Amino acid sequence: MSNILEVKDLNITFDTFAGKVQAIRGVNFDLKKGETLAIVGESGSGKSVTTRSIMRLLSQNANIEKGEILFNGQDLVKKSEKDMQGIRGKEIAMIFQDPMTSLNPTTTIGKQVAEPLRIHQNMNKEEAHARALKLLELVGLPNAKNRMKQYPHQFSGGQRQRIVIAIALACSPEILIADEPTTALDVTIQAQILELMKQLQSKIDTSIIFITHDLGVVANVADRVAVMYAGKIVEVGTVDEIFYNPQHPYTWGLLASMPTLETEGSLYAIPGTPPDLLDPPKGDAFAPRNAYAMKIDTEYEPPMFKISDTHYAATWLLHEDAPAVEPPAEIKARQELFKKRYAEGHPVAEGGTV
Amino acid sequence: MKSYGKYLAKRLFYMLLTLFLIASITFFLMKLLPGTPYTNQDKLSEEQIYIMNEQYGLNDPVPVQYLRYMGGLVTGDLGTSFQFDNTPVTQLLSTRVGPSLQLGAQAVLIGTILGIVLGVIAAMKQNTWVDTAATFTAIIGRSIPNFVIAVLLQLVFGVYLKWFPIALWDGGFRSSILPTIALAISPLADSARFIRTEMVDVLSSDYIELARAKGLSRWAVAFKHGVRNALIPLVTILGPMAVALMTGSMVVENIFAIPGIGEQFVKSITTNDYPTIMGVTILYSAMLVFIILVVDILYGVIDPRIRVSNERGE
Amino acid sequence: MSNENHSVADETIKISPDMFERATGAQKEDSEKIAAPSLSFLQDSWRRLKKNKAAVLSLIVLILMMLASVAAPILAPRDPNAQVIQHANLPPKIPGVDINGLNGTSVAGTTRVDKYEQQNVPDDVYYFLGTDSLGRDLLSRILYGTRVSLLIAFVAALFDLTIGVTYGLVSGWYGGRVDNVMQRILEIISGVPNLVVVILMLLVLNPGITSIIIALAITGWISMARVVRAQTLKLKNQEYILAARALGESPVQIALKHLIPNLSGVIIIQTMFSIPSAIFFEAFLSFIGIGIPAPTASLGTLINDGYKTFRFLPHLMWYPAGVICVLMIAFNLLADGLRDAFDPKMKD
Repeated sequence: MSNILEVKDLNITFDTFAGKVQAIRGVNFDLKKGETLAIVGESGSGKSVTTRSIMRLLSQNANIEKGEILFNGQDLVKKSEKDMQGIRGKEIAMIFQDPMTSLNPTTTIGKQVAEPLRIHQNMNKEEAHARALKLLELVGLPNAKNRMKQYPHQFSGGQRQRIVIAIALACSPEILIADEPTTALDVTIQAQILELMKQLQSKIDTSIIFITHDLGVVANVADRVAVMYAGKIVEVGTVDEIFYNPQHPYTWGLLASMPTLETEGSLYAIPGTPPDLLDPPKGDAFAPRNAYAMKIDTEYEPPMFKISDTHYAATWLLHEDAPAVEPPAEIKARQELFKKRYAEGHPVAEGGTV
Repeated sequence: MKSYGKYLAKRLFYMLLTLFLIASITFFLMKLLPGTPYTNQDKLSEEQIYIMNEQYGLNDPVPVQYLRYMGGLVTGDLGTSFQFDNTPVTQLLSTRVGPSLQLGAQAVLIGTILGIVLGVIAAMKQNTWVDTAATFTAIIGRSIPNFVIAVLLQLVFGVYLKWFPIALWDGGFRSSILPTIALAISPLADSARFIRTEMVDVLSSDYIELARAKGLSRWAVAFKHGVRNALIPLVTILGPMAVALMTGSMVVENIFAIPGIGEQFVKSITTNDYPTIMGVTILYSAMLVFIILVVDILYGVIDPRIRVSNERGE
Repeated sequence: MSNENHSVADETIKISPDMFERATGAQKEDSEKIAAPSLSFLQDSWRRLKKNKAAVLSLIVLILMMLASVAAPILAPRDPNAQVIQHANLPPKIPGVDINGLNGTSVAGTTRVDKYEQQNVPDDVYYFLGTDSLGRDLLSRILYGTRVSLLIAFVAALFDLTIGVTYGLVSGWYGGRVDNVMQRILEIISGVPNLVVVILMLLVLNPGITSIIIALAITGWISMARVVRAQTLKLKNQEYILAARALGESPVQIALKHLIPNLSGVIIIQTMFSIPSAIFFEAFLSFIGIGIPAPTASLGTLINDGYKTFRFLPHLMWYPAGVICVLMIAFNLLADGLRDAFDPKMKD
């Protein structure tokens, strides 16, 4: 499969009152055609900033210090604002976190769905209106025909997110960026929206970047997962590799802090807080919270170590000189399951439960 | 819809209650005023004053006078002026409403339109020198008292440059330009500041980002999605704006010799012309209360969120 | 895979086996120290205010003007009400300055004449800002006038503060019926244009400083009450207030210990806006002739006096007008700066 998007050594800083915040510190990843890549991390890890930079919709105090964002081979970082306007909504579209606030309260939803069609496909009012109706029916908005003239506040959260999805898919974009699209919704609605996104992806053949802090959601929708911490990707791999053969202590922490049906007693929590990116610590940014931290972690940043063709992790534990460590019991169990299943030749978590 | 009607009826009731209380309080305050309304009272004998009081009904007990006044008020009779050849107050004021309304309307229109433009530009160019300049202009406009601005305009454009009449009202547009500018500064400054704040808020909202993600340019987003949402709350400052205009018109009309309500009010204050003072007080209050009511209704009409919740019967 | 180029460790890194020992707690803590010092709300606001050059400059200007007006009896070269008829209508004259307009000359007809010579004023007598039609020294009158205007503004603002905060707190805190009644009263009062109330009050009371203060206080507290009520309603249901209630603290204790400190931001901002508005109203009332009675000077009466002759002796109007403009601009800039400094949303 070819890469539709390649992000190379991306560095982004924000000018703030207190100084320069190094929000993104050398991020590399790629997105293949038709796949779903999940970017996971806690708030402030830089996942939203990364995707905003792909859309070039960063706030005015943000600077892309260096790096490339290659979309079909063209560097988006170098594109003019005018060129970006032709790409946004047409080639790359976005779904936002809170459907309650992401629609204009004083414009009918019909108009809002028709807008990208009018901008990018030169449709006249009637054509755009007809297509918008189709789109709203496609995303499963009940009674769409009569409701096009209504305003956003007359819809429920789940319905609004369907409308936002309709807007994003209006021009059949090549890449769809979904920034925590289900976080603000009820659990039952979450499942419906995820199901809808999966269906639509197969229908219009788009690649999806799915941002979330919810690992449960990831297992459901993603092909590959990138784990972000303090402005860097610390581990990347297929869903199976991340869930059943994680190598980075941060990924261990994330998985261990996720409740499963088997969880007994108290839930694991990663100690401490993420570092202040105004002044990132020397060495591995995760070291202060890492129970497995070594001296070298406080001196040097770990490079990406290769585990398999698809699996990389940035931790000194993978260095040949590093002592063997015992991961938490829960992670060990996962790794053993992974080994066993792979020996038998069938993957573990294909779109199923974790 | 039924409850919206009920809501309106309630508002109307409060409006009338407010006016009733204002009229009553004003009436009794006027009764407390020292001195008589007659300019040459030193030369008048007790007997003459008694006769004149009798003529104006000032010898009756206060409650009788009060009932008579309130009765007249219902029929639009505001009493008789003590000055100005005993003209009925209603007649006195009605000839003066025209110029005041013309000036006020011109000032609000010009002031808010320019203010909106300034505010939108400032918000779009947030934290640049353009924003600083616009904000500073608004602060200066709000800070300099309107009578100082009026005198400055009069001196520069009337006395030195002779572009406009210094202080002459012929009802034409040319003679209204300087006073309009003097009056427009305050609504301009207020609306610019208000719109900037609202617009900055709106521009940072999620639906603006979504509109940008659709591929619209910053300015297209600002005009298609931003301005309308920022304008809606502007109607809420129409009330305070009207009050500022009434205040402003008192000095500006005086400086430019415009035969309006404000000028009459000042004249009546300095001559103890109680019936006219009361008349203007009630007129101003009625206008303000009316504007507040209109703003309330307007808000429901232009904001779909309120409109629909009213239809639903909230 | 673009990650591949990173999977080889950087050559410059010197790795020794002992570096793979467990890190000690101290090493770890070292890298977890918090970079920014922690600041209290007021310290943080003050720090932000200091970044606002216009606000800081305004603050300095205001402090200087307040000091000058407090020290008016010392600074004023002459008695502000002393009339020297022979020295009437003199233009400004400052020793050592020979700029037209400040050297005692003025244009009469087509020629520039030395007014001081013309009126036989001794050579060693200077009126820095000139004199008015009664021969009173304008500089002294402006100093005393600023004093009166500021006095009125501060006392009126103090009344606004006390009445407004109390009304708002009570209305917001008790809510329900009490709030409803108090809000209806507010609604009715705000239906009257404040200038009308001020004017009516001034007509009933004897004109003077006290009457103006009372008149301004009667109308000024309303917006303060509104703001404080809205904030109180918001704060009332927050956990720490609920906790204080659950612990049995009395409403007065809660108001003093929890509410007012948290309201201090909005209260200060609101007060800062009510001061210039009081200055304006005093000037406005004096300008239309119902403010401070003669011969007491206030900025408003000075402008009013100056306006009567401004076509011939413009300096009599422009100097006091300039002072009031500087005062108003400085107060408004400072208030704006304070609002931004107190508003955490603007934090960047």
